[in-house]
Amino acid sequence: MGMEQENEYAIEVEDLVVRYGDQTVLDGVSFQIRRGETFVILGGSGHGKSTLLRNLVGLMRPFAGRIRINGQDFTAMSDAGRMEVRKKIGMCFQGSALFNSMSLADNVALPLREHTKLKESTIDIMTRIKLELVGLGGYEDYLPAELSGGMRKRAGLARAMAMDPEIIFYDEPSAGLDPIVAAGIDMLIRKMQSTFNLTSVVVTHEMASVKLIADRVCMLRHGRILAMGTLDELAASDNPFVRQFFERRPDEDQEDRDDYLRALTGGSERTAPGPQEPEDGR
Amino acid sequence: MTALTALVGGAGRAALNQLYGVARVCVLIVDTLYWLVAAPFRGKGLRIRAAVECFVEFGYHSMPIVGLICFLIGAIMAMQASYQLARFGATQYIANLVGVAAVRELAPLMTAIILTGRSGSAIAAEIGTMKVAEEIDALDVMGVNPTKFLVVPKFLAMVAAIPCVTVLAMFIMILGGFVLSTMVLSVDVGLYIENTAGALQLKDFATGMTKSVFFAIVICWVGVYRGFQVEGGAEGVGKMTTSSVVTSIFFIIIVDLVFSALFYFAV
Ligand SMILES: Nc1ncnc2c1ncn2[C@@H]1O[C@H](COP(=O)(O)OP(=O)(O)OP(=O)(O)O)[C@@H](O)[C@H]1O
Ligand SMILES: [Mg+2]
Repeated sequence: MGMEQENEYAIEVEDLVVRYGDQTVLDGVSFQIRRGETFVILGGSGHGKSTLLRNLVGLMRPFAGRIRINGQDFTAMSDAGRMEVRKKIGMCFQGSALFNSMSLADNVALPLREHTKLKESTIDIMTRIKLELVGLGGYEDYLPAELSGGMRKRAGLARAMAMDPEIIFYDEPSAGLDPIVAAGIDMLIRKMQSTFNLTSVVVTHEMASVKLIADRVCMLRHGRILAMGTLDELAASDNPFVRQFFERRPDEDQEDRDDYLRALTGGSERTAPGPQEPEDGR
Repeated sequence: MTALTALVGGAGRAALNQLYGVARVCVLIVDTLYWLVAAPFRGKGLRIRAAVECFVEFGYHSMPIVGLICFLIGAIMAMQASYQLARFGATQYIANLVGVAAVRELAPLMTAIILTGRSGSAIAAEIGTMKVAEEIDALDVMGVNPTKFLVVPKFLAMVAAIPCVTVLAMFIMILGGFVLSTMVLSVDVGLYIENTAGALQLKDFATGMTKSVFFAIVICWVGVYRGFQVEGGAEGVGKMTTSSVVTSIFFIIIVDLVFSALFYFAV
């Protein structure tokens, strides 16, 4: 770790361009995230937030641009090198992505079993601690299908923390949860950040969470960064779209109203045209 | 003119897609073999427990259905053979025919086809569902190689299970022929056993077993490949599962043809 710690930034992104076929989803995104910082990515539904996270963890190779993790060029790295970097990364997926055929305990224990030579009894204890941490103590033997959506999200968080990562990515950690549980998750994110000096990258729609957890915020719109800075800086911005987002005002024209409605409903529906090419009737 | 260019363009794209598919299969094969060989040198790489679980599922649990079908096919073969042989008063040679056909061809083939339907499709569906639910991505992000974690145990289990089940299938198919011939066609019991033993050579057994190993490889890789190909949701899983069965049976027949020819002409 020693060498890498000298680098000030945990994540550096330069001119990232991502395409799905002909559709450009991210178009020249650049930012830097400091160690121990909680960086929040805001933006309407379908504006490329999940896509950005998928690139940051290396699930997609970008069309152009560069991503550095701990100062190492992640985009140019071999698969073996990526695997090493990923041991220090945790990710909470939007849909939790738990292994459905395994119990919660096995889900959380999987990375430990794969990457460490710990004894089974030690792994057992660590698994219990992680589940306890997210308030799921006693659910060790449950299958993911036997849990509610919110519990699954928390289990995904426990699994992401299993290896005590240095960087953790959350894709809408509190979407679809009741306010109390959502606040609990926010506290958890804060706690992780303060106790382990974890670097966190959080995608969210919840302004309440943003206020609680964010050190810095960036706002994506149509695959570009619209604004970046502390929450206060953004709140003071006079960019009309930023103002609109903060004041929860719907768009004027019909098409963007659909967009806004999608954002309100958590953005699970993708029936409307993509934000990049509204004329391409998908 | 435009129709022509569209045709040529379409054919070109289809060919490129096929080539791309071949390349992907090659990557999968190299990856599987790499992790199969490299894993044991890297500590706890091989997931023996998972492999054993798969072996029980692919092998042990498929025995009843394989046994039943092979028994019936043995009996059917005996009847069909007797249809011609009885005209020459040569019903005792049913034993030779059933024995050789079962060991060289039908037992390995039937086992492979049943396991394609039972386990090959299950592999495709499992991996496809995991892909749709982002579970494969989750493995990737954890730094766990999906080939090593999912494919290698299944591959080992399949390559071990199918030959075992095939041996059982051979035995039961011969038994089916024996029961029908001796009980219905009134062939002498001793004569039947003697003729079976006389007809079968080690070479026949080697043919059947060689085929069965390659069938196992085909079933596993086709299932895995189709599973990883799944896009979209439940519909994609269904489509690729069906496709895995069709593709797998096609390649099983090709492999069967190649090895039958090889053993016929070369050995
Ligand atoms: N696998 C894919 N193939 C093609 N296009 C995709 C794919 N995944 C996402 N897209 C497109 O990329 C754009 C951005 O999607 P993304 O999932 O990153 O949005 P998001 O900002 O995370 O939205 P949400 O808040 O709804 O999760 C969308 O227009 C979507 O249609
Ligand atoms: Mg998303």
